[in-house]
Amino acid sequence: MSEQQLKQATLAYAVRLGDDALVLGHRISEWVSYGPFLEEDIAYGNVALDYIGRARMLYSYAAELSGEGKSEDDFAYTRNEREFSNLLINELPKGDFAYSQVRQLLVDVYASLFLTQLLQSKDATLAAIAAKAIKETRYHLRRSRDWVLRLGDGTEESHRRTQVALDSLWGYSHEMFELDALEQQLADAGIGVDVSALRESWHAKVSEILTEATLVVPEDGWKVRGGREGYHTENLGHLLTDLQFVHRSYPGCQW
Amino acid sequence: MEQISLMPKEQHERLQQRQQADVAAIWDILDAVKDPEIPALSIWDLGVLRDVSVAQERVRITITPTYSGCPAMDAIRADIETALLDAGIDRVEVKTQLAPAWSSEWMSASGQEKLRNYGIAPPQDGENDDEGLAPLANVRCPHCGSHNSHCISEFGSTACKALFRCDDCSEPFDYFKRI
Repeated sequence: MSEQQLKQATLAYAVRLGDDALVLGHRISEWVSYGPFLEEDIAYGNVALDYIGRARMLYSYAAELSGEGKSEDDFAYTRNEREFSNLLINELPKGDFAYSQVRQLLVDVYASLFLTQLLQSKDATLAAIAAKAIKETRYHLRRSRDWVLRLGDGTEESHRRTQVALDSLWGYSHEMFELDALEQQLADAGIGVDVSALRESWHAKVSEILTEATLVVPEDGWKVRGGREGYHTENLGHLLTDLQFVHRSYPGCQW
Repeated sequence: MEQISLMPKEQHERLQQRQQADVAAIWDILDAVKDPEIPALSIWDLGVLRDVSVAQERVRITITPTYSGCPAMDAIRADIETALLDAGIDRVEVKTQLAPAWSSEWMSASGQEKLRNYGIAPPQDGENDDEGLAPLANVRCPHCGSHNSHCISEFGSTACKALFRCDDCSEPFDYFKRI
């Protein structure tokens, strides 16, 4: 691959990772002022900020690579649903508290494995972003693990809801380990992560926590995919309407 | 008895960098720039201020965010420009640097002391667990000095802090996590 092609591929990679972070960060932020108690409300706000900060770093890097005078805002606010390439699990509505915590657990275990690999990237900026993000992810994981244990091994009602959440989210987990042509190229070049190699460790770690939480690890049955190619659930359009409204109504507005 | 300094290596290197700088006056001006979330601390104390250099009559300030989404960074950037402008320096560039990632070890000794007096337990007042994560108990209470405390929430008023309660004096307090 020529240097120019590699640069374009890295740009697209930064954008998809940025999309993952922005979309999930927005979803988590929807808990602010709806948390079950004050400390949790604040915790959600903090986790959301970590993700949105991550999105800003990745989009800023993409903007720099594009060399077209773009900014992070162009990526966040002026692209349509089909142009977003986040994994579907990140865009699903927040559901109840159990649902959000189970999603967080699945994503946090994944992120801890993914970022550990990205630390080794030959791309200095991606490695630096990973170094920053992994410190935060380890705290996110401690919290989501703690909650899934408490809810799974809690009351009859909390157990039931957590299992329902797990069963309905499991089918969205497979997409995280799909390696497409772009990621294969970048993995070969030592820039990106071979996510297909993470699946086994992820499954082992998640199963260990779920079992401790007295939850049943779902069978691999149905799968939903398509986020990386821009095929989304109907939920992303609604999310973007909310997220992009001000920027689209008042383009370039500053205060 | 004379005390032996136990300054961490990272802090020693920062101090050397500052003392050897040929733009000492600018470092001093920047002591006036505080963290908007913790006004007791300057950006030097916090370790966010990484470098000051001058090239072609432009002053370049390098800062590193504590956490990815730290909302204080934009305010800090604006405050740096204002502080330098007040001192008659108007050609300023503030650059954000990601690597190496910010570490609580960069916080100055006086910064830790200021935090404690402000009612926030500084990073050194707790020991990280085996996995290298912030403790869930036994952080020294900044109010009464007891180590008999426990974590109420992993995330406090900002992402860099956890919320604790002292089991002796019963006061809640923020603990600035060690990362």
